[in-house]
Amino acid sequence: MADSSMTNQRQGLGSFLFARRGRKRLALSDILTYAYLLLGVVIMFGPVAWVVLSSFKTPASLQEFPPTVLPYATESVALDGFNAPLPLYDVTMEDGEIRRMAQVRRVGLNAQMVDPENPAAERVTVPAASTEPVRRVHFAVENYTKLLSNSGSDIWRYVFNSLFITVVATAITLIMNSMAAFALSKYRFRGSNAALMAILATLMIPATVVLVPTYLIVAQLGLVNNLWGVILPTVATPTGVFLLRQYMLTIPDELIEAARMDHASEWRIFWRIMLPLSAPALAVVAIFSILSRWNDFLLPLVVLSRRESFTLQLALASYQGENVIHYDQLLAMTTLTALPLAGAFIFLQRYITAGVASTGIK
Amino acid sequence: MTSSDRLSSAFGAMASLPARAVEPFMAGLQRIIGIKRMPWFFLVPNLVAVVLFCLLPVFINIFFSVTGSDRLYPSERPFIGGYNYQTLLDCSNYLDPSTCSRDLFWRAVGNSFVFVPLQVVAMVGIALLTAICLNGNIKGRGFFRGVFFFPVMLSPVVVALTWQWILQRTGALNGIFTSMGLESGAWLVDRNWAFFWSIFVTVWAHMGFYTIILLAGLQAIPRDVYEAAKMDSANHWRVFSRITVPLLQPVLLVVFVLAVIRSVQTFDELYVLTGGGPGSATTLIVQYIYETGFAVQPRNFGLAAAASLLLGLVLLVFTLLQMRLSRSSKNG
Amino acid sequence: MKMTNFGVIAALGVLMTSTAPAAILAQEITVFCGEESGFSCTNIQPIADAFESANPGKTVNLEPVPYQAILESLPVQLASGEGPDIAFVNDLGGLSRYYLDLRPYVDGDYFDTEWSQTLQWLRGGVSNDAIGGMPAALTVNGGYVNVTLFEQAGVPVPEEGATWEEWAEATRKVAEATGTDFSMEMDRSGHRFASLAISYGAELVDDEGNPVVDDGLKAAIEQFVAWHKDGTMPMDLWGAVGGATHRELFSDFLNANTVLYFGGSWTLGQMDREVGDLFDWKVISAPCGPSSCTVMPGGGALVAFAHTQEPETVGAFLNFLAQPENLSQVLSAAVEIPSSKTLVEQGVPYPTASERTQEGLATFIAQVPKMDEAAFRFQGWRYQRAMMNALTTRISQVLNDELTVDAALERIKEDVNLAIEAAKAQ
Repeated sequence: MADSSMTNQRQGLGSFLFARRGRKRLALSDILTYAYLLLGVVIMFGPVAWVVLSSFKTPASLQEFPPTVLPYATESVALDGFNAPLPLYDVTMEDGEIRRMAQVRRVGLNAQMVDPENPAAERVTVPAASTEPVRRVHFAVENYTKLLSNSGSDIWRYVFNSLFITVVATAITLIMNSMAAFALSKYRFRGSNAALMAILATLMIPATVVLVPTYLIVAQLGLVNNLWGVILPTVATPTGVFLLRQYMLTIPDELIEAARMDHASEWRIFWRIMLPLSAPALAVVAIFSILSRWNDFLLPLVVLSRRESFTLQLALASYQGENVIHYDQLLAMTTLTALPLAGAFIFLQRYITAGVASTGIK
Repeated sequence: MTSSDRLSSAFGAMASLPARAVEPFMAGLQRIIGIKRMPWFFLVPNLVAVVLFCLLPVFINIFFSVTGSDRLYPSERPFIGGYNYQTLLDCSNYLDPSTCSRDLFWRAVGNSFVFVPLQVVAMVGIALLTAICLNGNIKGRGFFRGVFFFPVMLSPVVVALTWQWILQRTGALNGIFTSMGLESGAWLVDRNWAFFWSIFVTVWAHMGFYTIILLAGLQAIPRDVYEAAKMDSANHWRVFSRITVPLLQPVLLVVFVLAVIRSVQTFDELYVLTGGGPGSATTLIVQYIYETGFAVQPRNFGLAAAASLLLGLVLLVFTLLQMRLSRSSKNG
Repeated sequence: MKMTNFGVIAALGVLMTSTAPAAILAQEITVFCGEESGFSCTNIQPIADAFESANPGKTVNLEPVPYQAILESLPVQLASGEGPDIAFVNDLGGLSRYYLDLRPYVDGDYFDTEWSQTLQWLRGGVSNDAIGGMPAALTVNGGYVNVTLFEQAGVPVPEEGATWEEWAEATRKVAEATGTDFSMEMDRSGHRFASLAISYGAELVDDEGNPVVDDGLKAAIEQFVAWHKDGTMPMDLWGAVGGATHRELFSDFLNANTVLYFGGSWTLGQMDREVGDLFDWKVISAPCGPSSCTVMPGGGALVAFAHTQEPETVGAFLNFLAQPENLSQVLSAAVEIPSSKTLVEQGVPYPTASERTQEGLATFIAQVPKMDEAAFRFQGWRYQRAMMNALTTRISQVLNDELTVDAALERIKEDVNLAIEAAKAQ
């Protein structure tokens, strides 16, 4: 791609603001560039990193404000005469002394404390403002284990549903779109323009706009609550056809003519010549398809209503609708939902970005 | 052969198995219907899907928009003519939503009219700036490029929940402010701030996509052009405005139009982030359509259909405009 | 001859494999129920098991479905003839056209005696004698207060018969003294607001089913807006969200961030678990307005749908569930108020509930006789939801200075009338 060989313009941000012709780039322009990029890292990664970090906090520490950066858990001690372990606090007494005490309960502004050395002794009531929890860093992995274990949730089922939809839909999309693109780019036949117009016209139609009619059609096909009801409606992506067609137009016709002269069938030409040569465009369409299918929200929301057929996005969104939002689980689930694509991205970054880049050029 | 080439050739070999199996039938088919009709065979599956799932719904929508009642099945809906359009467009003063019959629709339209230009300009501007930075001779370009593209991979629900978590009253942003001694802000409760953050969050989520495209555009400008400019002792600002921008123009145009089309259709992130609030400050047109057709009881499919067709018309105008512009710039 | 035989067998074969075998071989029904609390699948499960043992060959599948899915997807599914056999719904009148008339399949007289009024609500304004489903629990709107905060502030808790203004003032003083974030909060729900409105004299709907916008409603809205402006109520709930979105922030009460929270009886079941001993709380009597001391009644029902393939099984199950001993068991586990005549008279034991919770329940039940007639009329109105949506949307707009109160009142009336027109067009 147009990556390594062509780039050598010293077009750093500051260079055209500060540098004068002939001089090598100023250190200042580089500093500005790096500063901007580092700021970008903070802003882009920061929020996500924050969510991941927060997902390891216990529900109690999630309520705190201002929030702590690292997840902490209050140390606790098991004492005779109490059913559950009591959290430990450092209490500043009236005389200024700091004592470590265990908290029995906190009622409004006051907290009832007991001496861990002497649990049978009288309970002391102190203002809650004078207590500091004794804490250590603790990653509440139980947020995740609860989610991942079968009793906590059906997360593996959601993963499977999302995966099924994504993989099958992408495969079908690739085949159908490339076939259509082949027909529209390498042939002249009556009606080809009309067909092209028809396909492009659907670019204007946002999914939400045709949601109800789409649902009606899916229902008539008997595909409600069926994963195929989510796969089929959007396989005919006009962007896919458009991109592939643009790319195929650049493949020289002579190759096809030569193959025809060798008595190759059209199908053979399609599979042996067009597809391999269109690999970069196919990769782009595949990436777009995977991205939009995995993250798709509205169509599955309407078509799938049984929990067992939920996708990961639906399951995540449904956490929000409850009376009391359990933030610990919500954050853990958010992290898990974002994980697959983020992971794929880290490994396949070069291909993905190269693919996206080519859409603008062609 | 690199490992990726090996991977792709293995994948290709696997994929071509069914193709090869099917080949004799295809060749036979070709003999029967003749080579002139083969393209139809290739086209038909996609065309059927397009007609069934993209075009047919539009016609159903048109039918919905001229019929009433809250029934789903077209056969059960009575014909009411242009009533839905009439009530949508009924305004004594188009600039003041409160004089309109369907005031929420016009508020959404008004909000969209403000949101789209601001967001697109911010998005493309920041993307261009970032692309320029990335185009320089910096270390770790691949890494930085990945960083900016990362949020594009996140789903709208994840994006919205992430930022809601940060911006809420007891969230991280207020936490930072408080520990610095500044006052907490009512980020999502105040009209103007909610609007600002709507733009910010959507730009955050999507700018990486456009950055990559612009970066590729910048990198596609051949070196010789710059060499020639250097020889003519042009300074860098002039190089930028006289050479880079004109050469980047086609790509910039593509980016602009893509950004506008996507911006007009913004829904998922904002719906989860602000729910269209406060009041109706961040309600955009797609949310209005969704709420009218889905969230209110009884559902008003007709009105939602009418509104969505009007939206479609606007988008159509835009896309045609872009096609005309790109054609003329290519010829020019 | 051979060909047609083969054809018939092939067709049968296709039919057998394509339709769910369970539907033909065993009698199986699906029930959509809630997930966590109240009339949830967990609480109904023991009854479903008992039913299955008593009726071999009949299977009852309880499926937990999120509340949002019921609100949004169920109506669309029903409109296309899909959906479960039974579902737990809150919008009793709105979906009435899809209900199966259970009269041939259940003990009609029993249902009539137990639930005469709620059955009326299920009919959606049509006067017939259809039995649309089995009403579940009765819910009552009401306020929860944090008594500990009152004690710490040294402010006496207002007595029964106190007005909304008195409560506002008292909670304001408490919040100031104790440094609590908010004085009062109310669910962002038209249903909750209706309690306030009716107490201020709003009629909301007249005998013919037309929406009414009157001085009572105006006074209620003005008071509500005033509380937001002076900080008694936070903008986070009603102000910050738009449209018809339902939002609750009961967690604010659980974390002692608000002195008074106006919600309903369905959160009683959580109180022991979430609050426990943290602070002293109680349920308050309905705050009074100039006109009455009303809180809205509510409650969902388990309704059967006309598209079901198994009407007998559906009827048998609901009849079984409706028996006092079974219903009592579910209500006991859910810590909810009974709505059937027998159980209201007998009372339902709540062995798992703490004393405070039982007191709370008793308070809620005691509000029922005080409810103004308008409350019941509103609850049974077919277009109640349209009015509630209009209230939340427009009041939020007033709170954000997008509309004046008078303009909002006009719009509310218009919104509801338009919705009725759209629905009625036949």
